[in-house]
Amino acid sequence: MSLEPGVHLMQGDEAVVEGAIIAGCRFFAGYPITPATEIAERMSYRLPQVGGIFIQMEDELGSILAVIGASWGGRKSMTATSGPGFSLMQEGLGYAIITETPLVLVNVQRGGPSTGLVTLPSQGDVMQARWGSHGDYASIVLAPSSVQEVFDLTIKAFNLSETYRNPVIILADEVIAHVREPVKVPPLEEIEVVERKKPDVPPEQYIPYLPKKPGEWVTPMPAFGDGYNVLVESVMHDEFGHRIGTDHAAANRTIRRLWYKIEKNVDKISMYEEYMLDDAEVAVISYGSSARTSLRAVREARKLGIKAGMLKLITLWPFYDKKVQEVASQVKAIVVPEMNMGKMVREVERASKGMAEVMSLTKVGGLLHHPDEVLAAIKRVAR
Amino acid sequence: MFSERDFEHYLAKKYMRTEIMPHAFCPGCGLGIIERMILMAFEELGEEEWKRTAFVSGIGCSGWVPLYFRRDAAHTLHGRALAFATALKLSKPDLNVIVVMGDGDSMGIGGNHLIHAARRNVDLTAIIATNMLYSLTGGQMSPTTPQGARTNTTPYGNIEPNFDLMKLLEAAGATYLARWTTYHFVQAKNSIKKAIKHKGFAAIEIVFQCPTYAGRYILGKPDPRDMMDWFKEVSVPLGKAKTMSPEELQGKIVVGEFLHRTDRPEYTEQVYKIIEKAQKKGGR
Repeated sequence: MSLEPGVHLMQGDEAVVEGAIIAGCRFFAGYPITPATEIAERMSYRLPQVGGIFIQMEDELGSILAVIGASWGGRKSMTATSGPGFSLMQEGLGYAIITETPLVLVNVQRGGPSTGLVTLPSQGDVMQARWGSHGDYASIVLAPSSVQEVFDLTIKAFNLSETYRNPVIILADEVIAHVREPVKVPPLEEIEVVERKKPDVPPEQYIPYLPKKPGEWVTPMPAFGDGYNVLVESVMHDEFGHRIGTDHAAANRTIRRLWYKIEKNVDKISMYEEYMLDDAEVAVISYGSSARTSLRAVREARKLGIKAGMLKLITLWPFYDKKVQEVASQVKAIVVPEMNMGKMVREVERASKGMAEVMSLTKVGGLLHHPDEVLAAIKRVAR
Repeated sequence: MFSERDFEHYLAKKYMRTEIMPHAFCPGCGLGIIERMILMAFEELGEEEWKRTAFVSGIGCSGWVPLYFRRDAAHTLHGRALAFATALKLSKPDLNVIVVMGDGDSMGIGGNHLIHAARRNVDLTAIIATNMLYSLTGGQMSPTTPQGARTNTTPYGNIEPNFDLMKLLEAAGATYLARWTTYHFVQAKNSIKKAIKHKGFAAIEIVFQCPTYAGRYILGKPDPRDMMDWFKEVSVPLGKAKTMSPEELQGKIVVGEFLHRTDRPEYTEQVYKIIEKAQKKGGR
């Protein structure tokens, strides 16, 4: 049974599990790793109660392949990891992308490089989440900044992965994973859950990767055992799923379709929140845990008479150029606080096209920004 | 070079994706024989078994074997076939899941998944095609390359000892084990049949000829017929091998059915028992 509607006090890691169960997740494979371990622990207890399967794999390379196998077995599937585990999963992530396998991957970011800062938060993986696997592909990456958002975005992540047949990464961090906050669970009938689209043609008419109409990018997905003789092919393939060797034109079509199915739907995929931006002269663009301290700083700035506002990015990838451009055209300066050496700020700079001064506010070592640090930055650019 | 008639063989018409043939194997490659072993096993097991079968493979020449079969199939990543297959079996427990891997695929890059699939005793049939080197990349040393052999990465001779897959998997917890060569067609086909019917982790190692690389570089036998003759010469039945000294067994391929046990619980069944228990009690 899924969680009763009402308010529950939960850790971020627990909210992942409860959101996933409501979204229909019935398979989890993972490997213990701080600070994502609680997700696997709770999954091992909760999934069997709802008829789901939990398996602790021998490593993260196997975990993500198991999730892909279960997804082709017809189950909504997910895994969770951190740091070195996320690096190992890049291999399988590429396999999910080329085979268009829906899955959800939660990366609870901790400080790196390498084993790094095991128990401390970071936002160092934002670029790895976008570009970490080799080759050309598009990613969907969501960044929660509260436990409520962890719960809501886990459900959304499953919906997006089923809609676009693409892995969806939830980029949490150690703070969000371990903080306990109230989570409001709405009545089940009010929660949108997207089910996987199966083919509506008989097997002999089924062409696995040929969308029905131009402008459509995603095709229905049968499971193993449904009678469609599927070929889940990691080698570059054509519309029939057959590997194509050196057929450049077919490879070009496949790679572009994998890209366009995400990038052409950026308006539908992008989620963000705006705070006090209407008359703002200084904007803070932030995401994840950093957005919490940033919002406090923006409010303090308003008390001091500075016209500050905030754009919180919930969807990090595909990057929403349009919205950032809109903000940049309206303010004179943008501050980008991140728990890394300045990564998304490059996207902000690119998208704002020189229309506003962009200031990077980096933070590494495993600490959140203090609101005073963000406030000082706002003051500096407001002068 | 090929005409439609080449694909009119009754096994091809009945079981294979003839639209993507001819297949990619080199002339004289033993993987075609392994394909035929699998299909002949299903000829004898019957259509019902075939209909509930799915294939999973890794990367390497061997990874192409099941892709020509007209069944659900996953061509996964190098070494990772068993992780995909384990989850597929758990998700669809009624399927026969057959996993085709090479020696480097299963014992090299996929070694961790191999021993853990055996330890769990998941109901999978692993067909491990051993050609004693990496062939798809052009002939490099693998975990089964004979000591002393020259390959493209052991130009001064291979200094690494081999894995004995049967011993490795027995220790890891597999419950059905057999080893044959492509010379032993009927025996191998019978072992495949048994493995499919066996509940638990079953592995059949089939040593096959790679005339292109192993034949030319390791054995000095570029003709596949010479390699088949060599398999016949160096194969020793398990019973006889037990009476031979380690020195006498040097350079031999011990063949036979190594293990068939039914005393270890199968993984998928246990997972579903846990689900039943959790749902009945609503918790711990």
